[in-house]
Amino acid sequence: MAEAVVLVGTRKGLLIARSDGQRRRWDVDPMQFGNKEVSAVAVDARRSTPRILAGLSFGHFGTTVAYSDDLGRTWSEPEQAPIAFPESTGATLARVWQLHVPPESQPDVVYAGVEPHALFRSDDGGLSFSLVQGYWDIPDRTQWMPGGGGACLHTVLTRAEDPRWLMAVMSTGGAYRSEDGGATWVRANRGIQQAYAPEDQRFPEFNQCVHKVAFHPSRPDRLFAQNHFGVYRSENAGDSWTAIENGLPSNFGFPIVVHPDNPDMLFNFPLEADMNRIPPSGRCAVYRSMDAGESWHASAAGLPGDTYYSSVLRDAMSVDNGSPAGVYFGTRLGEVYASIDCGESWSAVASHLPDVLSVRAAVVS
Amino acid sequence: MSARLVVPSALRASAGGAHEVTVEGATLRAVLDDLAVRLPVLERRIRDEQGALRPHVLVFVDGMMVQRSAGTEIPVPEGCEVLVAPAVSGG
Repeated sequence: MAEAVVLVGTRKGLLIARSDGQRRRWDVDPMQFGNKEVSAVAVDARRSTPRILAGLSFGHFGTTVAYSDDLGRTWSEPEQAPIAFPESTGATLARVWQLHVPPESQPDVVYAGVEPHALFRSDDGGLSFSLVQGYWDIPDRTQWMPGGGGACLHTVLTRAEDPRWLMAVMSTGGAYRSEDGGATWVRANRGIQQAYAPEDQRFPEFNQCVHKVAFHPSRPDRLFAQNHFGVYRSENAGDSWTAIENGLPSNFGFPIVVHPDNPDMLFNFPLEADMNRIPPSGRCAVYRSMDAGESWHASAAGLPGDTYYSSVLRDAMSVDNGSPAGVYFGTRLGEVYASIDCGESWSAVASHLPDVLSVRAAVVS
Repeated sequence: MSARLVVPSALRASAGGAHEVTVEGATLRAVLDDLAVRLPVLERRIRDEQGALRPHVLVFVDGMMVQRSAGTEIPVPEGCEVLVAPAVSGG
């Protein structure tokens, strides 16, 4: 029988909501990793026994990656540090921002985007990672800056048909693409603005504060980006970008996802502005596009109708692999919502949690 | 030489529940290197991957707080207590 899980990484622990394949009613397990910051979660459904990964920060005591091979009921941490910067870098791991599980064509490969800006790769399903040296050696590194949340590499994209293709995205730094498995990288930011720069420097080659990038596996050259002021589409794998903001109440926000069942269907969660990170007009609303970003409309049925001042962070919106696919998001108020009908309506999965940092969901057999 | 490393409650899960651990070494660095062999998860809660004490971890050797500027090449007398504690950071 199918089991659905929603992993909710929060500022103070991990929550796992469980349901059957219908995903109508959810039961939430007791919190795990209490008072630990769970900054990234992932489900590796490629394995015969699905594996869950969690990036944990212990506050005073550092950062690690834990794994579970029984859908989150018990957890282990490798004896040796799963992610550690080599001595040659002089860097120390501050936070895991992204745990990315590539398609099945790359079994056992997992990527981790971390703070400070760096990319790590695992070839054993997330138990041990090595620095992607080519990314660390990008000469632009000296000019990358921390975003408001830190010097984070927060998004990794991979393709099923080409295991050597990679995209890694930072705040700030922007998007970079590799076509040789991470040995060399090119900038992929042309057309994305840096709204806070002087007017004649608004469109640099790099250092934009790109908040999230997503794509649909069936259209790998078409990317969507939620930027720090700006929502964009690229039709050429990031060589150039054009704004897609018609109908959005604001072009500021953090997450963006593509619906698994429809490569033209997008979701984001606009916020008023960087200096006013609340939903426009104080209204809790996901925005949905049905035409690859040409137009956007509010998708708020079932969401709180009262004045609303919370927000959704960049890794806290996700989709699952169910049929039909579900869309999920968690808020800084500690609520998690799901839509199993393409955003026509939303219902609560969990509430009264700590603020939500990362959400992932899967339906497993 | 051996010392008793006292484990704070927040880290006991990384020490199999133990309140203290016997470690070998004549300096704090050697003691922590030995800990890295015996209980690697516990050791990396105390030091980062570059070998430095984590910024908000305090270590007391025989009751004396280790000053960060002194590094970890400080002597650890035979039989002494090495106390690890989280700093009260942030109020």
